[in-house]
Amino acid sequence: MPNPSLRPTWDPFRAEAIIADHAQMPGALLPILHALQEEFGHVPEPAVPLLADALNLSRAEVHGVITFYHDFRHDPAGRHVVKLCRAEACQSMKGEHTASHLLRRLGIDWGGTTPDGSVTVEPVYCLGLCATAPAALVDGEPHGRLTPESLAGIVEEARRA
Amino acid sequence: MNTAPISPIRLLIPQDVAALAVGAERVVKAITSHAAADGTAITITRTGSRGLFWLETLVEVETPAGRIAYGPVNPQDVPGLFNAGFLLGGAHPLRLGRMEDHPWLKGQTRLTFARCGIVDPLSLEDYEATGGYKGLRHALSIGPAAIVAAVTKSGLRGRGGAGFPTGVKWKTVADTKAPQKYIVCNADEGDSGTFADRMIMEGDPFCLIEGMSIAGIAVGATKGYIYSRSEYPHANRTMRAAIAEAYRTGRLGTDILGSGVTFDLELRVGAGAYVCGEETALLESLEGKRGQVRAKPPLPAHKGLFGQPTVINNLISLATVPVILAEGAAYYADFGMGRSRGTMPIQIAGNVRHGGLYETAFGVTLGEIVEGIGDGTATGRPVKAVQCGGPLGAYFPPMLFDTPYDYEAFAQRDGLIGHGGVVVFDDSVDMAAQARFAMEFCAIESCGKCTPCRIGSTRGAEVVEKIMAGREVDANLALLEDLCATMKFGSLCALGGFTPYPVLSAVRHYPEDFRRRHAAAAE
Repeated sequence: MPNPSLRPTWDPFRAEAIIADHAQMPGALLPILHALQEEFGHVPEPAVPLLADALNLSRAEVHGVITFYHDFRHDPAGRHVVKLCRAEACQSMKGEHTASHLLRRLGIDWGGTTPDGSVTVEPVYCLGLCATAPAALVDGEPHGRLTPESLAGIVEEARRA
Repeated sequence: MNTAPISPIRLLIPQDVAALAVGAERVVKAITSHAAADGTAITITRTGSRGLFWLETLVEVETPAGRIAYGPVNPQDVPGLFNAGFLLGGAHPLRLGRMEDHPWLKGQTRLTFARCGIVDPLSLEDYEATGGYKGLRHALSIGPAAIVAAVTKSGLRGRGGAGFPTGVKWKTVADTKAPQKYIVCNADEGDSGTFADRMIMEGDPFCLIEGMSIAGIAVGATKGYIYSRSEYPHANRTMRAAIAEAYRTGRLGTDILGSGVTFDLELRVGAGAYVCGEETALLESLEGKRGQVRAKPPLPAHKGLFGQPTVINNLISLATVPVILAEGAAYYADFGMGRSRGTMPIQIAGNVRHGGLYETAFGVTLGEIVEGIGDGTATGRPVKAVQCGGPLGAYFPPMLFDTPYDYEAFAQRDGLIGHGGVVVFDDSVDMAAQARFAMEFCAIESCGKCTPCRIGSTRGAEVVEKIMAGREVDANLALLEDLCATMKFGSLCALGGFTPYPVLSAVRHYPEDFRRRHAAAAE
């Protein structure tokens, strides 16, 4: 996973190159959106007309697809992204309690980013880690059997790194 | 002085994401550096998981007496393991012996998961040495019609939840004429409590490639897509590497295994929308659109991906096809009960002591799964509820633990087995909160196409909220029942249609949880 702090700011030429790389695939829009988010950390608004043009869609259609999917961010995330599972198996192991501890500690709500821009906490519904619940992906790395203490430690370690 | 070259000792350690989540990487590092310091030559093969997650990180050592397992290993156990001579299978409190003799595995019938956790997932040599591509070779020799007949005769039903006979679906696509047909694998495993698809992609990806290739030959489809999840980055990496390896070795492409048959395969990744696990929403998403459900008919078998005839099957259904072709339809159909033939990979999860993947013939009771195989709750408290079949599945109380694991038996009790997830809750759970969550989840994930689901879920969450606050409880419970009936019969797909299962099962089996405030107010 690329270091989010090293992500480039909006670059229309880079965006056009990414779009051109995928435009010939059947059903290209989702792969392109993933690639744009991988590059920029979110899907920047100026990409919408470029996508519409390349794929022969209206801007409204492109906007409709971006906003339908929970994954695509409209704004850059923090330098570290914590994806915390809120689904039933994690609930059964006090996942909500663990999550609310972290959110309180960071002073943010679900989907929020700390004021220093270091951590974003996003909800996910199932990571397939249901027998080692509660679970999270921190910067793409899996962590299971979380407690409020262990999760705080993992997040602090990521922040210091 | 012994100068004979000593061949390195081989260790097998899972790379399954559940093992990584409990520290497998740190265990690998600790073992590697300890061996280096000792001057002991070792090689470590990374495998999938055998599915006994409470024993992760499970470390197996190849010895003349077979693979000797140790687990659960934490980094701080490593010096002690070396001192105990674990590289030669030495005695240690964590020593489990041969996993083949472990009761949790011995009790299983592993057909779909025969290789998972045992082989190097990206080694075709391992794959073929354990029966891989036997099914495809046989399929090529008998031809399309006989393949469809074999899958039909095996009794295999869709493992995604709907339980539709796989062979019937294939026959419909095979009989439909079109210039291009598709095989689509539904690996959008969004149900909480399930991880079978993930484990195959991480632990035995060639099995899925082989199954999809057989499906392609059977119906005349030359292109396949696997639709996986963005929540599964590790599985996607392994699956992509396996596809590349299959292309490199002529197992995908224009001439698979020298047969002249073409089958191309590509992995696509969703973007966090649960509803895309619904087959028509998945097809829309693959086409690059919003994942909105399509009205049926037309069936995907007639008009599916890009308007062409499409076999869309759950990953587990497709990964079960190779063993059916390799061992014969009768071999598979011999397992199971009633109209539920073969085996089901049951995924035991949540608040449970022995959580993991348990593949067994249909017919085992829910109580055996939870209390026997799962060994009760992880917290040691009594079991209060078990949610079967994901967020759209019913909550079962211990009173119904005699229900046999079978599509029809679960349906008779207003439940579903779904994709095989079993999530255990102890007595601290508030079932009214669970009912509210079911409605909230439906509201978050609704695709918005039909009103009962889009509006009903939000109203449903509000009504449960009122009940929880003790406001007009009887009237609101009646309203909730009515709303659930509308959602059940009026929704386009299973998201709105099945959300009433967890809600109404919670109301029916745990009425006291919905009347707490009411009772308190009356005192």
